[in-house]
This record gives sequence, structure tokens and C-alpha cells, in this order.
Amino acid sequence: MTVTSGGLPRRAATAAIVGPGNIGTDLMFKLLRRSDWITPRWMIGVDPTSDGLRRAASIGLTASAEGVDWLLAQDELPDIVFECTSAKAHAANAPRYEAAGIVAIDLTPAAVGPYCCPPVNLDLNLDAMNFNMITCGGQATTPVVAAVSRVVPVPYAEIVASIASKSAGPGTRANIDEFTETTATALEVVGGADKGKAIIILNPVEPPMKMRNTVFCAIPPEAAEPGPLQDQLNQSIFAMRDTVREYVPGYSFRADPQYDHARDTWNGMARVAVFVEVIGRGDYLPDYAGNLDIITAAAARVGDLVVEHRQGATGIPAGAVSTPASSTSSTSSTSNAAQPTGAQA
Amino acid sequence: MSTGTNTSTDVSASTSDTPTRDLRITDSTLRDGSHAMRHQFTEEQVRGVVHALDGAGVEVIEVAHGDGLGGSSFNYGFSLVDEMRLIKAAVQEAHRAKIAILMLPGVGTIEHLKHAHEMGASVARIATHCTEADTAIQHFGAARDLGMETVGFLMLSHRVGPAELARQARIQVDAGAQCVYVVDSAGALVLTDCQERVEALIAEIGSEAQVGFHGHQNLSMGVANSVLAYRAGAKQIDGALCALGAGAGNSPTEVLAATFDRLGITTGVDVGGVLAAAEEVVRPFLPRLPFMDRSAITQGQAGVYSSFLLHAERAAERYGVPAHAILQRVGEAGYVGGQEDMIIEVALRLAEERDLGDLASQGVR
Repeated sequence: MTVTSGGLPRRAATAAIVGPGNIGTDLMFKLLRRSDWITPRWMIGVDPTSDGLRRAASIGLTASAEGVDWLLAQDELPDIVFECTSAKAHAANAPRYEAAGIVAIDLTPAAVGPYCCPPVNLDLNLDAMNFNMITCGGQATTPVVAAVSRVVPVPYAEIVASIASKSAGPGTRANIDEFTETTATALEVVGGADKGKAIIILNPVEPPMKMRNTVFCAIPPEAAEPGPLQDQLNQSIFAMRDTVREYVPGYSFRADPQYDHARDTWNGMARVAVFVEVIGRGDYLPDYAGNLDIITAAAARVGDLVVEHRQGATGIPAGAVSTPASSTSSTSSTSNAAQPTGAQA
Repeated sequence: MSTGTNTSTDVSASTSDTPTRDLRITDSTLRDGSHAMRHQFTEEQVRGVVHALDGAGVEVIEVAHGDGLGGSSFNYGFSLVDEMRLIKAAVQEAHRAKIAILMLPGVGTIEHLKHAHEMGASVARIATHCTEADTAIQHFGAARDLGMETVGFLMLSHRVGPAELARQARIQVDAGAQCVYVVDSAGALVLTDCQERVEALIAEIGSEAQVGFHGHQNLSMGVANSVLAYRAGAKQIDGALCALGAGAGNSPTEVLAATFDRLGITTGVDVGGVLAAAEEVVRPFLPRLPFMDRSAITQGQAGVYSSFLLHAERAAERYGVPAHAILQRVGEAGYVGGQEDMIIEVALRLAEERDLGDLASQGVR
């Protein structure tokens, strides 16, 4: 990687980040430090007094407070837009990006494009023009549901995402319903559950709590009893954890999966519960904000894979991302090779 | 009866067909009581309770899953009967009373709210943790657009001081709340704690909206706090028949009615009617009377969300650790309403510590 005079690395593709809040800023640092393929060139907002715009400008990005109108009026357009605004804003912007031939990677819960969770289903849709990154809770939990539903039928999956108040910016707060609805749908579409339900809780405790997600899956009664089927489930769940860890190193389980016997009040189904903790890399907000880390890491990874796929550069099939760790090391977006000189935490 | 078409200044005190009275009692037997019933209310029970409360002149009756609309889940417990069916039955049964629902943004959504409104619910009570009022802005707007009367709930009100609580109340009022409640979800407010919070809210929102109080009995303060809340200016007070509610239960509606009557404070509720409702309608179907036992008192002391009680008892049984120890640990961790899933992890941690302690006592290091 070469570094331009402006201090930005020169990579195969350029990106604009729309929305200079917590998520946009974390993503900017992540791309600068860890992307192999993408240079973030523009930071777009609507408020001239925004800290995020000032921070981006100080690092060498072109920052504008004149919104998407300004971005799309430029002679040089980005290859990729990362949308970090709100569900409503993205619903309005999405057709404009597509008309301009820009790939959109959507970090809002607008759910315009196909649901995308890199460790589970990215190989299905690398040619899409819009990638829906679900929600932070969705990125943390759908892999676990998918790991369970690969072994046994899951008639119902439910997740509870707890995040620190301080990590929830105005966009998250204004989009609570979209969060629960989009996450629930992802548990079905990506996770493979017949029916999904999502709950989100904001906790203001000091020091801030680390992102925690509990995943409950209804499973057949025999799977809750010790034996080969349960062993197979555990194996699948832990393998998925390791796959997610490739790009989110702070992804872990607080305890072993807990199996509960079938109950009448559960419609005769048994249950497995998995307790996921996500510790962020501290690219912008401190490590408690694992919710930011997991969605920006997933978005950065999708960005890299999309560019790599379209360049056909390495000849490694993009689908390799959904196979175990060992085969993907050369494409890993966790590489630190592209660390820019100017950025700091 | 008017349902939310009036302005935000006075939602209940002067409608033509309601009696003149000093405060309005809202009964939450069929919502907060859902926790104590493990969400197993039948339609018949709902009809019986609504019939009795309506006959006794209680003006607002809340019906929903204990954790609000959409609460039926692994995390909180599945409802035996779909809450929308229960709401519809309650609406059919009530001749005078309005049927209210509760919803927690993050658990329920505007879709649930619209559905409940279609079933005939006319009061939307929207609850957030006491520092997170801005997560409910879209929901207050939606409820007002539906023409519903709106009430904001600031849960676990003991966790912040009066001034911060008043700032959060301001956010709810600006979003469209016609009343904001100081909600003592943990039964942790003791007398002046309650009074000061109600006063601070009234100082902040003045005549723009009313102030209410929702008490729990974990430290036996529900009724006394309610009286002080009224004296501080609260106009809406919550209760539940036989105290049926989370933790050691709510301020008993029948005791509230009798106490306010004795103080000469008018509620429009017939004391004999609610006494009969408690004794003859609710008591026969109770699995157990809410009680200030070790676990419930620990909740009041440690400031733990009351509905965690039965979940802690279940985890205690499953993992062989004491329920009160789980609740103590939950309080120290600062978990908030809705985080019932954390109870399992806390129980696992306690079991692990117990096992390590057993090994240590056997000389294993």
C-alpha cells in the first residue's frame, strides 16, 4: 500500500461514509487501519458543527456537511457508499446510489438490500448493488442461530441484545422499532429459524456494560439431552464462534450453551441458550461498544470482499469466507498491513 | 368518552361523564399481575376482573403481557392466551373504564400498539428506563396520531436523582406524553425519595402534563409512597388488586382506595366494590399471594427490577444457588428492566463459585 500526500492510503476502491456519528467514525478508522482494498475518501454529514466531520477532515478525508446531494454532484464519485445514517435516510438514498452506479453497504436497519451476515451467507450475493448489514444485534446473533439450524430444525429463535447507553447514538435511539423488526427477520432469512423475535435493551450503568446478546433457540426435545446430537450442536456453535472471531476478535461466549428440557409452555419444544459477549477493538469508542465494532467490522469485510470479487484479483472464491478459518487467511480484512500513519484511537 | 382528543394539559380530571375527584387510580392487575401469574391469565379471569373493577368505578384498567405488548417470549415467559385477545375481551367487558396497554420500546413496536388500538385499547402507557426517554419519541407520536391518551413510564426511577428524572420527563412530554409516571419498579423508593421525584417532575412540566406514581411493595412502601406522591401533586396513581404484581407486588388497589377515602381524598372508586373484587374475584385464582420474602426485600434493598423475582427463583432451582444471592448480584451489576436473560449468567457464575468453594473446602487448590 502506498500513502498519498494527503496521508490516505491508495487502495483499489474509494468509499464515502455517509453519517459522521459513532458508527461512521468507527468505520472510518477501521477502513483506514484494516482494509486491504478500500480507501475512505469522503465523510458526508448534514451538520457543519459535527465533531465527526471535523475529525474526518483532520485525518485527510474530504468532509462535507451538504449531504448526499453534494456527494452525488461531484465529478468523481466513490465506488462504495457506507450508509451510517438512519433507516429513513437510507430508504430515500438507496435508489440514488444505485442510479449513480455506486455500491451501497447499509449499516442502518432500513433493510433495502438482501440480508447480509459475512460468516453465514455472503457467498450468495456478492454482485448485489445494496448490502443490508442488518443490525449490530443481528450481526452478533444470526450466526449462532444459523449454527443451530444447520444441525436441527429451529421453529423459533429469539435474541436479547443489551448495549451500553453511551454506545447508542441518536440514529440507534430513533430506530428502535426498525432494529427489532429487521433483526427478527434476519433470524429467519439468514439464521434459518421459522420465526424470529428480537429485543433490545439500553443500559446506562457506569462503567458501561459490554455488549451482550443472549440467543435462545427452540429445538427438538431430543437435542436438549446429552448425546451425539447435542455434541453436534455444540460443535457447530463453537465453530461459528471461531469463524466470527476471524474479523471480530472480541467475540466470545460468557458460558457454555445451556440446554433446557422441553416444556409445555414452550409448545413442547426444548431450548438452547447461548450468551454472546462482544468486546470492541476500540477503533473509536472504547471496548464496551462491541455493538459498533461488530457491524462496522462486518461492513468493512463485506466491502473488501465485494471489491476483491469484482476485481477478480486473487482468484480465491469469495464463498471461501463461509468456510473455516484456515482457508481465508490471505483475504482477511483483519490485516494490519494498511495501517495509516495519521490515524489514532 | 373522550380518548385523547383533549389537549395535553388535563387528560382526565374534567371529562363530562367522570365524577369530580382528586386523583385517578389506574389498575394494573391484568398487566403487572401478569408477572405474578407467569403470564398465564385466561380470558375468563380477565373478564371477571374487568367486570368487577369497571363496576367499582375504576377508570383505567391496564391489560397486557407483564413486560408490555410483545413481551411473550423465552426471556420473559410466553403468554397462555394472546394478549390481543385479552385486550379485546377487556374492552368488551368494560362499560365505563378505558382499557390501557403498556409497551416498552425495544420489546414492543408501533405495530403492536396499532394492533392493540384496533382491539379497542385507548390509553397507551409507554415505558423506558429512567435515563432512556428518547428511545420512545416515535412511539408517543404514533400513539397520539392514533388518538390514544398517552402516559410515559420512567422505570427504576430510584436509579437517578430528581433533577435528572425531571429532564427525562421533559423529553417524554415534548414527545407527546400527557402524563409522566415516577415508576418505582424495584420498590426501592422510601417516602421522601418518592416525594422529591414527583415534586421535581411537577416543577419541570407544570401544567403541560400530569404526573403519576407506580409503586411496589418490596419495602412495604407502595401505599405510603402513593399518599406522598399525591401530596406532592401527582394526579394518577397505580395499584393492583391483592397487590398482584412483580416482586412483592404493587400498591394494592383496594388499600389505596380505602386509604385515600380515609384521608378524604376522592378517587371516584367505590371502596366496597374494589374490596369485593380483590377478595372474591382475584384471590380465588392466585397461585400465591405476593409476599415480602427474603428475595423480594433484597430487590427493594438492592434496587432490582421487580419482575426478575420469579426468573431468579427458577434459575435458583435449576442451578442450585439462592435466589436472593442472584438478585443481590443483579443489583450490583446495575441490570435494567428487560435484562432477565442476565439472570441465567449470574446463576451460572454463582454455581461456578460454589463449586470452586466446595473444592477449596476439600483442600483442593
